[in-house]
Amino acid sequence: MEIKIEALTFEAVSKAVSEILKISETTLPEDTLAALNRAAAKESDPIAKAQLESILKNIEIAGEKSVPICQDTGIFIFFIEIGREICLNFDLEGAIRDGCVKATENVPLRPNVVDPLTRHNTKNNLGDGLPELNYSFVPGKTLKITVAPKGAGSENMSALKMFTPTEIPKIKEFIVKTVMDAGGKPCPPVVLGIGIGGSFNQSAKLAKEALLEDIRNPDDENSGYDDFEKEILNAVNDLKIGCMGLGGDTTALSVRIKKASCHTASLPVAINIQCWANRHATAVYSGGEQ
Amino acid sequence: MTADEQTRNQTNGQTQNRTQKIHYLTAPLSENDIIQVKAGDVVYVTGIIYTARDEAHLRMLEFDEKGEALPFDLEGAVIYHCGPVMEKIKKINETEETDFSEPKWKAVAAGPTTSDRMTKMTPDVLKNHNIRALIGKGGMENTAETLQKNGCIYLSYTGGCAALAVDMIKEVKTVYWEDLGMPEAVWELRVEKFGPLIAGIDTNGKDLFQDVKDRAKESFKKQFA
Repeated sequence: MEIKIEALTFEAVSKAVSEILKISETTLPEDTLAALNRAAAKESDPIAKAQLESILKNIEIAGEKSVPICQDTGIFIFFIEIGREICLNFDLEGAIRDGCVKATENVPLRPNVVDPLTRHNTKNNLGDGLPELNYSFVPGKTLKITVAPKGAGSENMSALKMFTPTEIPKIKEFIVKTVMDAGGKPCPPVVLGIGIGGSFNQSAKLAKEALLEDIRNPDDENSGYDDFEKEILNAVNDLKIGCMGLGGDTTALSVRIKKASCHTASLPVAINIQCWANRHATAVYSGGEQ
Repeated sequence: MTADEQTRNQTNGQTQNRTQKIHYLTAPLSENDIIQVKAGDVVYVTGIIYTARDEAHLRMLEFDEKGEALPFDLEGAVIYHCGPVMEKIKKINETEETDFSEPKWKAVAAGPTTSDRMTKMTPDVLKNHNIRALIGKGGMENTAETLQKNGCIYLSYTGGCAALAVDMIKEVKTVYWEDLGMPEAVWELRVEKFGPLIAGIDTNGKDLFQDVKDRAKESFKKQFA
């Protein structure tokens, strides 16, 4: 879902950030909802089917009452696309942080941000380096801010491995094993974002970005699934871990791979696991253009 | 306690055509209440349940080590692996304004958290207290034997279903150890027909999650032999 940023000011950005946080925490994008509905419709295991029906009912209630879908309202990951022709003469990061504090109070959201070692909770979802802010520059006069709240259940099950160039055939096994070892812990049916290539950290970022892409229907021939993605999806679903790890037909709703060039001696592979609550929302400043 | 019966035509092997019972349990629970629950059954819990996550488990063990009594009663208790979103309220509903001497809380979102994080603390906590049921998500690895030994069951609630859970939480009775922070504090909740919960581990040591994992391993072996 996409809303408007009314102006390039601190107040307007803060307001828009607070709004997209609320939208992302209380509703799910249509592609995710459609994928969950498809999974529920074709599920053959009665326990898994009942779990999926609870999930769909939960989404409905959250939307009606405007309350968080899941109590793990996550840490906030932002992707910010800055149009090269706009002028940002205000504290953009401050505005985003302000929006996070407002949403935490108003939705309300769970204060999840702590010091990594003392575990002291900051109580407002701000911390050193959090929210996570990723910037990129694009042509034009727009400012686009996307937030993806990320829960710990699925994030904790994610993995990264530095393969060597001759180990390409091992990639699929690594991904399937990661999902198998995670079992019911990341709240399947999951969405798998996979980053292949780049540097150590770039591969992880690619994996996270892959989670923002549309969830496609693997049974639709025009969906753009490539053969490797489909192969991984089928292999993962063959594990029959099912909804919540109680067994069933759908362990993953989607597999999306993003690639980047890498060092001739390297082959980083990152897998970012996302629970079924594949939450994200976007706000856009259109530069006065329609 | 009443038990209805329905047939589950599970398609994945061993448990084909087994009978899946539905149990309505009232907490605190007796050992008798839970021995009738078999892995795969559906359970609804009514009564008092306590939330506890990583930090609360650690603190319970600290209290136990010092021989101090816990501020809440775990005899026959149901522990819910959950870190809720709570909101302080001033009035119960639009018409009834009440002045509380203590702040009153309302659950906003209260789904289950990943139970396996509590796996390493659970054997000691169960040894020290007669807890009869754990509610959580994702299962608990290598815990079936501990549950069997201590007379406790593991109930799986659908992960992420935080809004649905709130509908079944009738009252937030109170909060203990609030200094641990909202997610890690112990919240005493009064619930009504909390479920559907799937019995993941029963008192006979049967572990549904382990069965699923074993089958997944077989599939993995076949795929990557």
